[in-house]
Amino acid sequence: MSDTADFAPLAVLIVDDEAPARERLRDVLGDIADTQPTRIAGTAANGVEALALLEHETVDLILTDIRMPVMDGVELARHVGRLERGPAVIFTTAYDEYAVRAFELAAVDYLLKPVRAARLAEALAKARRIRPPADEILRQMAPTRRSHFSINERGRILLVPVGEVLYLKAEQKYVVARSREREFLLDESLVQLEEEFPERFLRIHRNCLIARNAVKGVARATTGMDGESHWVIIVDGLAEQLPVSRRQWPAVKEALGV
Amino acid sequence: MSIKQNPRLAGWGQRPAQLPDFRNLGVVLRTLLLVNAFAIAAVFVRNTDLSLLVGEVLEMAVNVEFPLILNVASLFLMQTLLRRLPFGAGVATVLAVVATIALVSRSLLSPIETGGLLRPLLWSLTTAGCVLTYFHQRDSARAPALAEARLLALTARIRPHFLFNSLNGVLGVLRSNPRRAEEGLEELADLFRALMQDNRELVPLTDEIALCERYLNLERLRLGERLQVAWQRDPQAEAALVPPLMLQPLIENAVYHGIEPGAGPGTVSITIERRGPEVIIAIANPLLDAVSHHPGNRMALDNIRERLMLFYDLEATLDTERDADAYRVRIRLPFRSER
Repeated sequence: MSDTADFAPLAVLIVDDEAPARERLRDVLGDIADTQPTRIAGTAANGVEALALLEHETVDLILTDIRMPVMDGVELARHVGRLERGPAVIFTTAYDEYAVRAFELAAVDYLLKPVRAARLAEALAKARRIRPPADEILRQMAPTRRSHFSINERGRILLVPVGEVLYLKAEQKYVVARSREREFLLDESLVQLEEEFPERFLRIHRNCLIARNAVKGVARATTGMDGESHWVIIVDGLAEQLPVSRRQWPAVKEALGV
Repeated sequence: MSIKQNPRLAGWGQRPAQLPDFRNLGVVLRTLLLVNAFAIAAVFVRNTDLSLLVGEVLEMAVNVEFPLILNVASLFLMQTLLRRLPFGAGVATVLAVVATIALVSRSLLSPIETGGLLRPLLWSLTTAGCVLTYFHQRDSARAPALAEARLLALTARIRPHFLFNSLNGVLGVLRSNPRRAEEGLEELADLFRALMQDNRELVPLTDEIALCERYLNLERLRLGERLQVAWQRDPQAEAALVPPLMLQPLIENAVYHGIEPGAGPGTVSITIERRGPEVIIAIANPLLDAVSHHPGNRMALDNIRERLMLFYDLEATLDTERDADAYRVRIRLPFRSER
């Protein structure tokens, strides 16, 4: 980053589901414009809107509320963290004992609402140095599971709602997420995904998790050279059948009640 | 917050003694149980031959149940008068009623053996004394519990989340719409006044409704169009006296769990109706997150359930139910319009 960039107005994206809260931040940013010049790159009411805005706007800093509908602030930061030169993230929260304690422990920057001008100026002064916290920290902090998987495609973030994923299959370095329409490559490990969504996905094989509501039924099938028959899962809406490993079968049988 | 530290609880124990509410179902049931337990104990003590026991119990039942029912019915009818008397005079009146009924029913049931009037008279008076003592003890034992419940009510009441978000909302409109900001602060002041009041006495339902309207107006400042409210009110129910701050926390829960987590508009519906001797209050909100077993929600419900119990004993209930898309809380309480 060049020296002149430090003096250019900081492009700020404000994310909050409450209109007066967004208005308030805009007011206070205006008040301190003399010492901390900023430009409002946009405002959004939740994480998904913010990510959509990031696709065509250059943003240096995101000021985001934590508790929001559709996608909360912590999850937004997790997706933003996947961008190579993504914006800095500062959380704003009215009162959330749990999150504040986690922020303190992780030394993540946050502002308490109502935000004071002096405190905001301080945060802006070091904003160019604030990267989104490590995914590991955010994962521990997030009070909820992610609502979306994100795929980094040519510097853009593509979102796939978790509910649309039928199964997850590990393939070499990646995990393939299959939705009704297409496949996506996730840069995550199957074990972590299994830990994050134990109620949603069920392990049926060493390399495969299936969404419980995507199971249409089970059947016996014969494959391979040995001609041995084994159990397969019939996936709702797909022609494909997924093999259940001998080792997982007792657990799968119990979980699906078959 | 300083509202947690109200030191006035100390004087609470010196509340003047009161007769039980003879129209309360719990009091009636407890009286019937206690007197019957006494009577059966008396039969067991006197009994010498086990083969005669059944006959003796039946004989006792004839002698005890008739005056007992008469007593309960008379006290039920005299409740309004008894409430107005000082404690001592009230006790004397109750004992006089019991004595009269003992004598009258004795002479009605067995008019021939008039000699044995003294024994049933003494038995009735002793039993009545014991029952009154029991209710008196129970009442004084519960007084600290009531104070405790009030404390609980205060601490559970306003979520810090709500306070700071409201203040932030007011600040957000302060420059663009100063009138709305003023209103917001007035509503906040009213809410806090209600919270800090002495919340031991029942209040008219109309007052509770007015408070809730102010609360909802304040939330509308932040949530805008997302918060839709459907009131269904019944003028006949609104004269009822209800525990203070019973409605507001339930509506706050409905907003917190049913409106805030949703991106689009949602409706909180509040239905109040009078059904004969009862008032029914129902609050429903959209069911948004499947994981709505929020500990905060549970605490608020337990708190209100406990206060209903303290105010009405067994006569009030609070139920919750969830179906595919809504969460409902339903309160049923006796209609009472005077303290």
